[in-house]
Amino acid sequence: MRVGVITFPGTLDDRDAARAVVVGGAEAVSLWHGDADLKSVDAVVLPGGFSYGDYLRCGAISRFAPVMQLVIEAANKGMPVLGICNGFQVLCESHLLPGALTRNADLHFLCRDQEIEIVNNQTPWTNSFKQGQQIVIPLKNGEGSFQCDDQTLAMLEGEGRIIARYIGENPNGSRNLIAGITNAKGNVVGLMPHPEHAINELTGPSAQGLGFFTSILNAMVK
Amino acid sequence: MALDTVAIAQSNPDISQPFAELGLKPDEYARIKEILGRRPTSSELAMYSVMWSEHCSYKSSKVHLKQFGEKAPRSDALLVGIGENAGVVDVGQGYAVTFKIESHNHPSFVEPYQGAATGVGGIVRDILTMGARPIAIMDPLRFGPADAPDTRRVLPGIIAGVGGYGNCLGLPNIGGEVTFDETYAGNPLVNALCVGVMKHSDIKLAKAAGAGNLVVLYGAKTGGDGIGGVSVLASETFGAGGSTKRPSVQVGDPFVEKVLIECSLEIFAEDLVVGIQDLGGAGLSCATSELASGGSGGMKVQLDKVPLRDPSLSPEEILMSESQERMCAIVEPSKIDRFLEICKKWDVTVTVIGEVTDGKHLEITWNGELIVDVPPRTVAHDGPVYNRPLAQPDYIDQVNSQKVDVPIPVTAAEIKAAVLKLAAAPNLADKSWVTSQYDKYVQGNTIQSQPDDSGMVRIDETTHLGVAISTDANANWSYLNPYQGAKLALAEAARNIATAGARPLAVTNCLNFGSPEDPGVMWQFAESVRGLADGCLEMGLPVTGGNVSFYNQTGSVAILPTPVIGVLGVIQDVRTRTPMSFTEAGLDLYLVGETHEDLAGSEWAFLHNQRVGQSPDADLQREMRLIELLLEGNSFFAAAHDLSQGGLSAGLTEMVLRHAVGATISLENAGVCLISETPGRVLVAIDPSHTEHLEGLAIKNVIAITKLGTTGGDSLTINDAVILLSELSAAHTSTFPKLFG
Repeated sequence: MRVGVITFPGTLDDRDAARAVVVGGAEAVSLWHGDADLKSVDAVVLPGGFSYGDYLRCGAISRFAPVMQLVIEAANKGMPVLGICNGFQVLCESHLLPGALTRNADLHFLCRDQEIEIVNNQTPWTNSFKQGQQIVIPLKNGEGSFQCDDQTLAMLEGEGRIIARYIGENPNGSRNLIAGITNAKGNVVGLMPHPEHAINELTGPSAQGLGFFTSILNAMVK
Repeated sequence: MALDTVAIAQSNPDISQPFAELGLKPDEYARIKEILGRRPTSSELAMYSVMWSEHCSYKSSKVHLKQFGEKAPRSDALLVGIGENAGVVDVGQGYAVTFKIESHNHPSFVEPYQGAATGVGGIVRDILTMGARPIAIMDPLRFGPADAPDTRRVLPGIIAGVGGYGNCLGLPNIGGEVTFDETYAGNPLVNALCVGVMKHSDIKLAKAAGAGNLVVLYGAKTGGDGIGGVSVLASETFGAGGSTKRPSVQVGDPFVEKVLIECSLEIFAEDLVVGIQDLGGAGLSCATSELASGGSGGMKVQLDKVPLRDPSLSPEEILMSESQERMCAIVEPSKIDRFLEICKKWDVTVTVIGEVTDGKHLEITWNGELIVDVPPRTVAHDGPVYNRPLAQPDYIDQVNSQKVDVPIPVTAAEIKAAVLKLAAAPNLADKSWVTSQYDKYVQGNTIQSQPDDSGMVRIDETTHLGVAISTDANANWSYLNPYQGAKLALAEAARNIATAGARPLAVTNCLNFGSPEDPGVMWQFAESVRGLADGCLEMGLPVTGGNVSFYNQTGSVAILPTPVIGVLGVIQDVRTRTPMSFTEAGLDLYLVGETHEDLAGSEWAFLHNQRVGQSPDADLQREMRLIELLLEGNSFFAAAHDLSQGGLSAGLTEMVLRHAVGATISLENAGVCLISETPGRVLVAIDPSHTEHLEGLAIKNVIAITKLGTTGGDSLTINDAVILLSELSAAHTSTFPKLFG
């Protein structure tokens, strides 16, 4: 079971994501933004950071990276892809997911331990969780406010494509408290908070983020 | 006008040069002429003026700073000492750690965001230059009054700048300070600390050895930012047709620095450099002269090869430019191809600009014409040294002879009001408004961060080895007694590490003062350095490096003397650390250490506009015994928290609010006990079954302990005063949002 972790110039959480993949039980495979080869991975994680310095718009340049053309192709064929934070932004810019991530409502970068509820446990990245399970994982970003038009929002709600919501006060102005969504097939997931920083209580607020990485193993074994 | 070359300088010795505008004194200019045996070219003048500035040459502080060497304790831990980009200490298991604080005070007042951002960028490059991967940053900050209109301009910009740059580099921010005083209104202090880790064998030094080796400039292109004073030269030489003038504050691009870090670490890992230097203050002038004088002295540089963002820059400006995110490496010719390949992988601009020679001079040419021909040591190290006059200022006797006159809370209502007032005071209030703008999780090794007593990061995932760092200063005490103030700050920083179970190992510092030309300020500085050097000797902690920032002064009003002391310590297994607060009820709370009526320089006195009296005397022998007690107690302490600013009142507030578990405390003479700031005290929580164990440690280390009460409940109850955690939390957490939105 090989899970690729992509490094773009400016990616920050790649080592953390790889660590979480390994702790989750899979093999982590480093993928470079310039690679023209997915190295036979079974799934891909797009980690957080500031790829290409967030120049132009977050994720706007990364979507054109050579490796992303392969990721888009594979995702459309059903390969599981998880985009965390900047990775979520890249997935939106790549049109693998609808909507966009905009500046936090209060215009500040926000780093805090965030309570979220898993509201769709049917994806390859969330099947370890109970439906409705509440977990605490770090949220850290400047542009985490999920926005889309009313029609898209109705579609996401109607099709059960919201996978996680913030609990309590809206931390960033996201519509309908959206913390993460999935595509129509359910194989591509974008998540604003950071499960890879919650794999043990020593370095994170909980070990509950690990569920995303054990989920992918379950999905592959099935 | 034509280029000013060495040939012209020889043939035309008497033209007048703008040395005064560049900040050089007539005797300094005369000294340059004496060194060169002729007048300097305008490029040489630019280099000497910036390298002989206070900022680069430490000309006013050198005579005092040498005490850190003279009084250095014997230490096996020190691998690289003062003088390199940052000191390096051995932390065991083959690991070396490098750490340093630097100031970026003046730029941050002019342009808060970029000033603070490039302050972070600069210190991170210093750490990288030693061969280390940067692993964390901290930011001790000081501002004018919290409610002053200009603080609302300066503070949000500085916080956003520290966060904007550090977050984008992927460096966890693990602590710092935010303190307010009116003397910082025109002189905010932005000190930034970075810590990095490497294997012993990976240590890099700034030296250009080996004739024929190449001088390689890589990173961002050179622009016109941060040129500042040298523009006078350009305008003299080139008239109105010169380059566009840019702001004197440098502009940072953290993305370029992040790529530069990864690219450099890959280059280091393949052992491709002989020597390396980052380009910070004084840019290429500093990097070339320091690298050359670190080697045999000979180097040839073709300045016209430097890649430019602004093609109209003159050679003088290129030498002075402080454009960020640049590094200069010395590379053997056989390794240059691989070096260039790695730069290409990371899309980093790289240019060979010269080579090391077997001569003794740094020779810089511009399109083939020689414009600089100097012995590099005279630029980098042989600057002027001043033994400036110093005199104890008049205020010292005046404030020391007065007694603090503040109301002491007595009744339950007064005690409750005092605890709430301290909890909400800007200097003590919850700093989440600040720290939530910093990424503390990235890299996945952060064990402790604000509001813990110290920042702690794991450096080995297998063995769980970690380091802890704390930075501290108590400017109120330093104002009353700079000698004791420096020692007390050292003791506090060491204690803050020991509460978590880390053993203090080494010291860095950032000495922020007013004008050295004021004998009173110079005395404060000299006393602070003497105090710190004596303290380090007594505690056996070597000073590994530091930074001096003078001229933090508005008119005749200097800032409070603010020596910020950073202490780094080692913990063998981060999983065993003692947290700063408790999560369960039924634990016994002990005060470890004694409380006296130490109100001078306290936060309570500050809140009552009193800055008089005598600071406590630092008892470092006792502090060292306390540290031993803490390290031994680490195995059974449920929690330990240092008492400092705000005394017991603030310490209890922080502990009960951390995990919303209250405490019931009984105190004799409660008022003084709560507000006094006697140094050398720690609050410890233990399971009652460990009572004898703690008592044994107290006797063994000759430290007084007093049981104060027990943990539990939803209030902080002190004798008859009941303060609900909800109201305490409201007071503690609402101050910053109210002030800054």
